[in-house]
Amino acid sequence: MKIKALSRSAASAQAPGSNVARLPRNLDPDLHPFERAREYTRALNATKIERMFAQPFLGSFEPGHVDGVYSFAKDPESLEHLASGSGDGVVKVWDLTSREEKWQSQAHDTIVKGMCWTRDKRLITCGSDRTVKMFDPYTTPSKSPPTSTWLGQHAFTSVSHHRLIPSFAAASSNIAIYDTSRASGTPVQTLSWPTTIETINAVAFNQTETSILASCATDRAVILYDLRTSSPLHRNVLTFASNAISWNPMEAFNFAVGSEDHNIYIFDMRNMKRSLNVLKGHVAAVMSVDFSPTGEELISGSYDRTIRIWERAKGHSRDIYHTKRMQRVFSVAWSPDNNYVLSGSDDGNIRLWRAKASDRQGVKSFALRQKLQYDDALKERYKHMPEIRRIARHRHVPKQVMKAEEIKKEELKAIKRREENERKHTKKGRVRRKAEREKMVLAREQ
Amino acid sequence: MASDIATKPPKARRKLNMTPINADADALALAQHVDSATKTYGRGAKIRTKSVKDKKLRANLRSLESKYKDATLQAKGAETLLDHTAGFLEPEHELERTYKVRQDEIREDVGIETAKKRFELRLEGLGPYDVCEYTRNGRDLLIAGRKGHVACMDWRDGKLGCELQLNETIRDGKWLHNNQSFAVAQKKNVYIYARDGVEIHQLKKHVEATHLEFLPYHFLLASVSMAGILRYTDTSTGQMVCELPTRLGPPTSLCQNPYNAILHVGHQNGTVTLWSPNTSTPLVKLLPHHGPVRALSVDRSGRYMVSTGQDRRMSIWDIRTFKELHTHHLRQPGSSISISGRNLTAVGWGTQVSIFKSDIFTHSPDSDIKVPAPYMAWGGEGQMVSKAKFCPFEDILGISHNHGFSSIIVPGSGEPNPDALEPGTNPFETSKQRRETEVHALLQKLQPEMISLDPHFIGNIDLASEEQRKKERDLDTKPEDKVAKLKKKGRGRNSALRRHLRKSGQKNVIDEEKTRARETLRSMDRREMERVKKLKEEYGPALERFARKRY
Repeated sequence: MKIKALSRSAASAQAPGSNVARLPRNLDPDLHPFERAREYTRALNATKIERMFAQPFLGSFEPGHVDGVYSFAKDPESLEHLASGSGDGVVKVWDLTSREEKWQSQAHDTIVKGMCWTRDKRLITCGSDRTVKMFDPYTTPSKSPPTSTWLGQHAFTSVSHHRLIPSFAAASSNIAIYDTSRASGTPVQTLSWPTTIETINAVAFNQTETSILASCATDRAVILYDLRTSSPLHRNVLTFASNAISWNPMEAFNFAVGSEDHNIYIFDMRNMKRSLNVLKGHVAAVMSVDFSPTGEELISGSYDRTIRIWERAKGHSRDIYHTKRMQRVFSVAWSPDNNYVLSGSDDGNIRLWRAKASDRQGVKSFALRQKLQYDDALKERYKHMPEIRRIARHRHVPKQVMKAEEIKKEELKAIKRREENERKHTKKGRVRRKAEREKMVLAREQ
Repeated sequence: MASDIATKPPKARRKLNMTPINADADALALAQHVDSATKTYGRGAKIRTKSVKDKKLRANLRSLESKYKDATLQAKGAETLLDHTAGFLEPEHELERTYKVRQDEIREDVGIETAKKRFELRLEGLGPYDVCEYTRNGRDLLIAGRKGHVACMDWRDGKLGCELQLNETIRDGKWLHNNQSFAVAQKKNVYIYARDGVEIHQLKKHVEATHLEFLPYHFLLASVSMAGILRYTDTSTGQMVCELPTRLGPPTSLCQNPYNAILHVGHQNGTVTLWSPNTSTPLVKLLPHHGPVRALSVDRSGRYMVSTGQDRRMSIWDIRTFKELHTHHLRQPGSSISISGRNLTAVGWGTQVSIFKSDIFTHSPDSDIKVPAPYMAWGGEGQMVSKAKFCPFEDILGISHNHGFSSIIVPGSGEPNPDALEPGTNPFETSKQRRETEVHALLQKLQPEMISLDPHFIGNIDLASEEQRKKERDLDTKPEDKVAKLKKKGRGRNSALRRHLRKSGQKNVIDEEKTRARETLRSMDRREMERVKKLKEEYGPALERFARKRY
């Protein structure tokens, strides 16, 4: 008779003299019952923990501006510097790591409408006092005079610097291209759509396809220009005026437009017939938009005193940030390291937020990183489960916003109902339905 | 695998034939490997990505499928890391019989460490020992005699945890989620004791419990009482989850299905009912026996149920299809069943214990051998066996009887490779590990609502229609009365009721609804005639022609 019985020595579990117990695994599914249910429970816990750790607000920059913050400029050459311009004409440059003011100057008499950094780390500001000024915050002390000044005929609203050549575009009723290397104060080029003289709200150079320039104006038009031919390419008239433009840094042909009609539209400049996506959620005009450096996400600041974070391809916001004291948000920026977002609001504060509310930036152990990755995978897998979805989506929203949302929903429903009624009582095919992504394009000109 | 290839559609076979012979053998070996991997480690059927039309979805599903495949192959590959192989007892020539091997012969052939695990506890006069329970990692043992003697011990080291004389009838006992506490069903209530014998809780609501069962992943302690009421208590919160009257009299046995946490209750009339805490009626009723069901057990994969009854039969059921696989006769009614980690079945009957190999689950009912030969046998020395229990992860069978407790060696019964990270199943658990595991297990506690016949229903799409769901939502609503509804819907020649009768199919088919409809119609007619008659009297002879039927 051949006999063998199991014998496991204690040494097989823990080597003699060592204080580390071995953890032998056996992946046989029979030894691991209730796999789905346990995974689901873990996913539920992970979702709850994520919401418990969601503390997006990090702090505001001290001392803030005396007037509201109406413009931001991220230095493309530096991770830690940010310039902000206020309603009383003061411009400040901040150090993001220490959250301290590095430099400041009374740049304009009135509101600073737009700012940008040059490639040689100088700051260009424009204001409604009809001047564009260039400062050198890195080398000169605070309150030093501008290194150069350009005078225009109208109030300037926005500036944007070219990626490669030393020139920038300043927008008023037309777009003037100035060369910073020349001494003369006259623009080298002026761009405008032949038939319009309306004020341009925002202008932005494409940083990849460098000679393309996009602008939006109060006459509801979004216009694309090409510097090489010094002519406009395309003009889209939308249903409402737009306030802000941001190019996608990774997909250089896509840009987002923040509109007065509370929505953000993402357009593909190759096909302007329809938008790529409509981001709905704000309950007041969108004042500012910025893409994340990955091009996957956006941030928007709105007149409804909230900022929202969006995923590029999804319709609703991923997160909504607000505080009790934050007033209307006029400027937002996504930090170049992708971990933080900044907002500047009417109350004169510049606030620093986490880009992912439950994320923590400290050094993480391998085990913790592994756990977080596993939790992410679980959340992704079970995100459709009703309980998990409810917890993951739950946000506290200010009462006013909540109420405004309700009213807006009701109104939109009424409009839709009216349209449907009209459709019902006219001849079939006369009143066609229009795709939501095409609705806002009123006219196109080339 | 060869037969698998043969049953494949001809197209696939042609493809195989086209490749050169050498490559063919390699491919076959690979296919075999993949096949066996998916059989043990696979998670259900593959999704046919080819038929998915949405491009994005198809790509996602494809990557998911390939991930699943990788995972199964890696799990299969990880088998080489397993430390131990299972024990065995094999005859060397035809004349040897494994069931004739005696314990002292085994003791001589195995190592000293294993031989020490065979021991006897002589506990005369403390009554039949009805309870013998191992913790889930097989390290601790709980025995209890009917007259009130309870003892728990670390049986391998011979360390006594506690010894109590409760001076009360003990009907059952169970370890809770680890070796720190156990529940005892006493004369009136269920009590929970700590490992050192201190009474921690008295569960006053569990009155006269006869059998106990603990669901470790749900932290539910279930008891079934003399009155046939099944009670679930959450041991992590102390809350009573539900009380379910079985309405089948005093229960005779209870066991849990470790695969889906369903409780099987055996009754006096030979039925076995399957319970979850979510329904007030049994999920399934089986009839394995013609008398009281004495003992029940389900294997760890949740496929087979073995039961013995007072009718001296032992029957084996496939509880996925709810069909009896086979049944055979025992010389005395089986009092206890236990199924080991490697699917060995021990049956205690009278003074004997028979241990069957896992082939009784696949034993064909048509074969010539009606009573399968046992793998091993023990007893026949005058002690009435009341409970036999395999020790998890060991080749040990614990038997409690009227003279005490015997621990015998059954080679090949225990799962050789425990998973140290599975809560509660690490035989070499340190106290620190135990504490950590307890916290993790509590965080991952499953809700009682998750207990269902199919434990993998969570995360599946609910395909029941809205109507069905609505019905399930309010089970108490009265069924809609069609006739009453039609009755209200106007009168006249073309009344809804009349039309319904006209259009409701063949005239010679009579059902309850139709007769009711006819009766209602007739009564409506009668009332109308009475009304006309009354009107005629009222109007007088001159005007009576104006009193007319309204239809």
